[in-house]
Amino acid sequence: MFKIYLDYAATAPVRPKIKAKILPYLADKFGNPSSIHSFGREARKAIDKARENVARFLNCQPLEIIFTSGGTEADNLAVRGIVENAKIKMQKSKFIPHLVTSTIEHHAVLHTCKILEKERKAQVSYLTVDKNGLINPEDVKKTIKPNTVLVTIMYANNETGTIQPIREIGKIIEKENRLRELRKNKNKIYFHTDAVQAAGYLNCDTKFLHADLLSISGHKLAAPKGIGALFVKKGVPLEPILTGGEHEYQKRAGTENVAGIVALGQAVLLANNSQEKIRIKKLRDWLEKQIIAKIPDVQLNGHSHQRLPNISNLNFQFVEGESILLNLDLSGIAASSGSACTSGSLEPSHVIMAMHHNPLRTHGSIRFSLGWKTTKAEIDYLIKILPTVIIKLRKISPLGKKSNTNSYQLNI
Amino acid sequence: MLENLYSQKVMQHFLHPKNIGKIKNPSGVATVGNPICGDIARYYIKVKTKPVSPSRGGKSKGKIIDYISDVKVETLGCGAAIATSSMATELIKGKPVKDALRLTNQAIAKALDGLPPVKMHCSILAEEGIKKAIENYQSKNQK
Repeated sequence: MFKIYLDYAATAPVRPKIKAKILPYLADKFGNPSSIHSFGREARKAIDKARENVARFLNCQPLEIIFTSGGTEADNLAVRGIVENAKIKMQKSKFIPHLVTSTIEHHAVLHTCKILEKERKAQVSYLTVDKNGLINPEDVKKTIKPNTVLVTIMYANNETGTIQPIREIGKIIEKENRLRELRKNKNKIYFHTDAVQAAGYLNCDTKFLHADLLSISGHKLAAPKGIGALFVKKGVPLEPILTGGEHEYQKRAGTENVAGIVALGQAVLLANNSQEKIRIKKLRDWLEKQIIAKIPDVQLNGHSHQRLPNISNLNFQFVEGESILLNLDLSGIAASSGSACTSGSLEPSHVIMAMHHNPLRTHGSIRFSLGWKTTKAEIDYLIKILPTVIIKLRKISPLGKKSNTNSYQLNI
Repeated sequence: MLENLYSQKVMQHFLHPKNIGKIKNPSGVATVGNPICGDIARYYIKVKTKPVSPSRGGKSKGKIIDYISDVKVETLGCGAAIATSSMATELIKGKPVKDALRLTNQAIAKALDGLPPVKMHCSILAEEGIKKAIENYQSKNQK
């Protein structure tokens, strides 16, 4: 069967160039980078090279890169690392650290914040978004308190692709920090951004973004799963969450995932390629235009243009997401409803809920995400199949029919 | 995905649901569901009466019973929601009303060769839909 993968925001197939780079590090160059002998030194050299590549990608110094097991660990290290450190500093005061985040963050940030809140290790403010999924930078400013230690806002949303004004927020925080200096408040506010979805398509220059911490993940960049990195600006105090050996500048213990690190080092060289971005955006725009033209009652979730070029999150009124996905899957098409991390849970997508406050809208929403292997023929096949699926499901739905016009107001 | 998610029976009923649509002038109708969990179903029933078949013996001779002569459903929901509403209608079609009222969600799930635990609530919704449609019929008849 013709199989089409349109779920790159969940994970991507490894690029051949990356695969070729990894293979020697699985069996031949297998040394432990901490070993002093030639095997170890060979592995260390590979890590150093990868770290330089990642540093260049983020416009920072190699020693500001901490390799982790992925985006989730990078986010956890940023949030927990800052909070733990601030807690130690605030021990003698009556305050606990205050965090500012948003309601649309990935669960790696959101659940971590909620747990810290529950454990009374931190106070958290959750910024809301408008119907396009955008955060207002002014809200960040208004929410900052004297005990705020961290602002963490994602760069681009994983479900809708909406891009947040990270640079603006970064500048606001810098300004707040200057004011704090004048007030002789020694506690700085640090700014973290989860750039896991953004890294493939957006400028991740940490100086340009005015970020203190930034997370990336390998498998969203066509490297294998199990590798990620956290940029930690020099001087940002961070307590490790994994303790043990002295790896990763004492910020992340554990023998390095050499093959994964090599892969990430190669992946960043291939990410954010302007030609590929144009090609993918063209395909995405074609998909969107055709689907909206061919199927009535379809709405876009997310910002119309301030959005990643590879994601299209569409709402199909009067039908439910899983039944669309099942039908598409039977035709060989893989897409996603919301984020893959939440499938199996019945909760409507927190991202679309935050934008529209309407569960029906979240349940009928499908995310198509394109990537390096996506072709025009694949998009055309989707455009051919999807209308029949939606017609079929709408036929059996109690909503959206003229005779049932009161359906929306049904008080069940 | 499908191999690990739903039984073949569920997929059959999901892909080719039975008794879809509505009934004009139904004897009873009910909409159940919860937009928060994403499922909404509307059940229609037509109830007719018939004499108890003589083979049942002398005692009930001449007695008349209500039975579900037709049932239809419209569903918005996941695979399990569509399959359970289809199966629920199949299980009560042609049955006496008092038997239809005894339909349980376990019976629906069993008839579908089981449901994933996280989807059991769909069968509860189907049971509720059938019962509410019958209650709607009964309340109308009392008036």
